[in-house]
Amino acid sequence: MKRAGFTTAWLPILLLVPQLIIIAVFFYWPAAHAIQSSFYLQDPFGFGSTFVGWENYTHLFSNSEYLRIAGFTVIFTILVTFLSLGLALLLAVKADKVIRGAHSYRTLLMWVYAVAPPVAGFIGLIMFDQSWGPLTEFAQMLGWDFTLGVTYFDTATAMVVVSVWKQVPVNFIFFLSGLQSIPKSVREAALIDNRSASGRFWDVTFPLLAPTAFFLLIINITYSLFDTFGVVDTLVKGEPGNNPMTLVYKVYVDGFRGNDLGGSSAQSVILMVLVLALTVFQFRMVERRIHYT
Amino acid sequence: MTRLTIASVAAASLFAGGAYAQTEITFWHAMGGALGESVNAVATQFNESQDDYVLTPVFKGTYEEALTAGIAAFRAGEQPNILQVFDAGAATVIGAQGATIPVQDLLEANGTDFDIEDYISGVRYFYADSDGKMIGMPFNSSSPIMYYNVDALEAAGVEPPKTWEEFASVTAPALKEAGYTALAQSHLPWIFTENFHSRHNLPFATNDNGYDGNDTQILVNNDAIKAHFTALTEWQDAGYFEWFGTGWGDNQTPFENGEVAIWLGSSGSFGGLAKKDLGFEFSATYLPYWEAVTTEPKQTFIGGAALFAMAGKSDEENAATAAFFNFLASPETQVFWHKDTGYVPITEAAYELAAEQGYYEEAPAAEIGIQQLSLPAGDNTRGYRMGFYVQIRDVMNREYGRILTGETSVEDAFATIEEEANALLSRFARTQG
Repeated sequence: MKRAGFTTAWLPILLLVPQLIIIAVFFYWPAAHAIQSSFYLQDPFGFGSTFVGWENYTHLFSNSEYLRIAGFTVIFTILVTFLSLGLALLLAVKADKVIRGAHSYRTLLMWVYAVAPPVAGFIGLIMFDQSWGPLTEFAQMLGWDFTLGVTYFDTATAMVVVSVWKQVPVNFIFFLSGLQSIPKSVREAALIDNRSASGRFWDVTFPLLAPTAFFLLIINITYSLFDTFGVVDTLVKGEPGNNPMTLVYKVYVDGFRGNDLGGSSAQSVILMVLVLALTVFQFRMVERRIHYT
Repeated sequence: MTRLTIASVAAASLFAGGAYAQTEITFWHAMGGALGESVNAVATQFNESQDDYVLTPVFKGTYEEALTAGIAAFRAGEQPNILQVFDAGAATVIGAQGATIPVQDLLEANGTDFDIEDYISGVRYFYADSDGKMIGMPFNSSSPIMYYNVDALEAAGVEPPKTWEEFASVTAPALKEAGYTALAQSHLPWIFTENFHSRHNLPFATNDNGYDGNDTQILVNNDAIKAHFTALTEWQDAGYFEWFGTGWGDNQTPFENGEVAIWLGSSGSFGGLAKKDLGFEFSATYLPYWEAVTTEPKQTFIGGAALFAMAGKSDEENAATAAFFNFLASPETQVFWHKDTGYVPITEAAYELAAEQGYYEEAPAAEIGIQQLSLPAGDNTRGYRMGFYVQIRDVMNREYGRILTGETSVEDAFATIEEEANALLSRFARTQG
C-alpha cells in the first residue's frame, strides 16, 4: 500500500504551528508559571516574594482542612460518577425499548444537557431554598430537616443531587447511541439463548457497552473533579463557611478570593498531576482490556 | 457610504477630544444592584459638576473579585485610577506600598488642606497606616447595628436589650413566649468577632491590632469571646437564637418575614429595609455588650470599603482622581449617598448637614450607625490590619458554622482559628519580604 505523506518536513510543522502556539500560550506557559510560583510566597501586587522550596506543598499536606476537602472530593467524585452513570444507563435502556413517542422521550431526557453548571446550581439553590424550596419541603415531609448552607451533610447532598442531575443527560446520549449501535442480529441471537432479560443485559449488552462506559467513566470523573465548580460556587453562594467544597474550588478560594498565589499554585499543580495520572491510567492500564470493535 | 460615516464619526470624536481635552479616569467598584445605581448617580453628578474630568465607573463583581481584578490589572500595567477595596483586603492593598498613592498625599499634592479630624471618629483610622496617615478614602462605610421588630418587642412587653445579660434573662424568654425567635445575625466574623473586640475594647491582635508591623499574632482565643459563643450555643438550644448559614441574606430574610424579632446587620442595610414593605415597624439601636466584660462599652469601627488611588498614572489623571475624592467627601455628596444607600456619612460636616435637614427626625434608625461609630474610642477600637484576612475570615466562618451545627466545641474551634490564622499571618508576613 502506498504511504500517503508530505514531501517536505517543514509543511506539516508549519500546519501544526497555530495549534502548538495555542497550546503553548494557553497551557504550557501558564502551567510553567504555576509551577514556578508554587515555590514562592509572593505579594499579590508583585512587589515582594520569598523562595520557600516545597513549603507550599508540605503546608497543604499537614493542613487537616485541605485533607478533609480532598477526602470530600474523592467521595463526591465517586458518588457523582456512579450515580449519574447508573441513572443514565437505566434511562437509556428503558428509552431504547420505547417505540411510540421515542423521539419526545429522548428529547425530554436530553435537554438538561444544555443547562450551564452555574445555572444548574442556581436551580438547585431555588429547589433547596431554606424557607420555600420544593425539595426542602419534600425532605421535611420525609422527616428530614433539610437546611442548605447550614449543615455540612445537607449541602453535600444538594451538591451531589444537582451535579448528578446535570450530568445524566450527557451519559444518557452516549449510552443510548451505544445501545443502538449493538447489531440487531446479536440481540436476536441472545434472545434465543437466554430468556431472562436481566441475564441478556449483563451477559451481552453490558459487555458490548463497555467501551462507551469506560469513556464515560473518565469523562464523568473529570466532570466531578472540575466542571462541578459552577454548581459548588452557586450552592455555597461564594462563601463556603462550614460547607463542603471540592479541591478545584479550594484553588479558587485561596487564589482568587484570598490572593495567596503561592499556596493556590501549589494546589493547582497537585490537580495537574492528578489529571496526568488519570490520563496515563486511561491510556496504559485500561485501554488494553477494553475492546472497541 | 458606510466607510464615509465611520470616518466622519472618527474625525468628529477626535475633534471633540481635542476641543475639550477632558481627562478621563476609571473607577472599579463592587457595588451591584441598587448600590451600583447610587454609584452611577454619584459619578454622573461629578461629571456634570465640572468640565475638566470624566469619571467612568465599572462594576467588577464581588469585593473579592474587584480586588483580584485590580491586582491582575496592576501587574499588567492596566490598573484603573480608582479601585474600591473592602475592609478585609485592606492589609493586602496597604501592604503593597507603591501600588497606591496615599489619599492624604494625593489630596495635599493637588492643593487640598487635608485634616483627618474632619472625618468621623470611627471612620478615621481604619484605612490609615501606623502613623495615622490616611491611605484609602473611606467610601461606603457601615457598622454592625441591632435592628428590631418594634411590634414584636411591644407584643412581648420588652425594650431592646442594652446588654447581652439583659437579652438572655429578659428579652429572649419574653420574645419566645410571644412566638418569636429572638435573635439572628448576618456576619459572625464581622459582628461577633471584629466588632465584638472593639465594642468591649479587647485587643484583637498583637502589634496594636496589626497596624504596627507584619509579625502579628491574632488574639482571638480569649475567654470573653469564647463565653459569648458558648452563650450563643445555649441560646440556640433554648430557641432564642437561630443561625441560617454563612450567607448574609439567609439570616436577614427571617427578620424581614417577621419570624425573628432582633437582627444584627449593617447600618448600610437601613436603606434596603426602609424601601421594603415589611408589614411591621422596625427600628435600630446599638449592639449589646456583655456587662461581665466591660461596663464602659466603646465604639465599633467601619466595615464596607474604601477607595484607593492606584499608582502609575499621569499627574493630570491624579488631579482628576483628587477632584473626585474632594467631590465625594463634600457634605452634599455624602448626604445624598447616606440617604440613598444607608451607608454612614464619613465627615462630621456631612453628618451635621443631614441632621440640619431633619433627616434623623424622619428616620431615627438611620443615625444609629454614626452614633455608634462616634461613641468613646478605646485603645483597641480603630480597626485591625491583618494580611490574608479573607482566608482568616473563611476559617472563622467554617469553625463558627461547626460550633453552631454541633460539629465541634467552642474550645476546639477557637484553638483551630488561632492556629490557622497565625499560620496565615506568618505566611503573609513572608510575602512582604
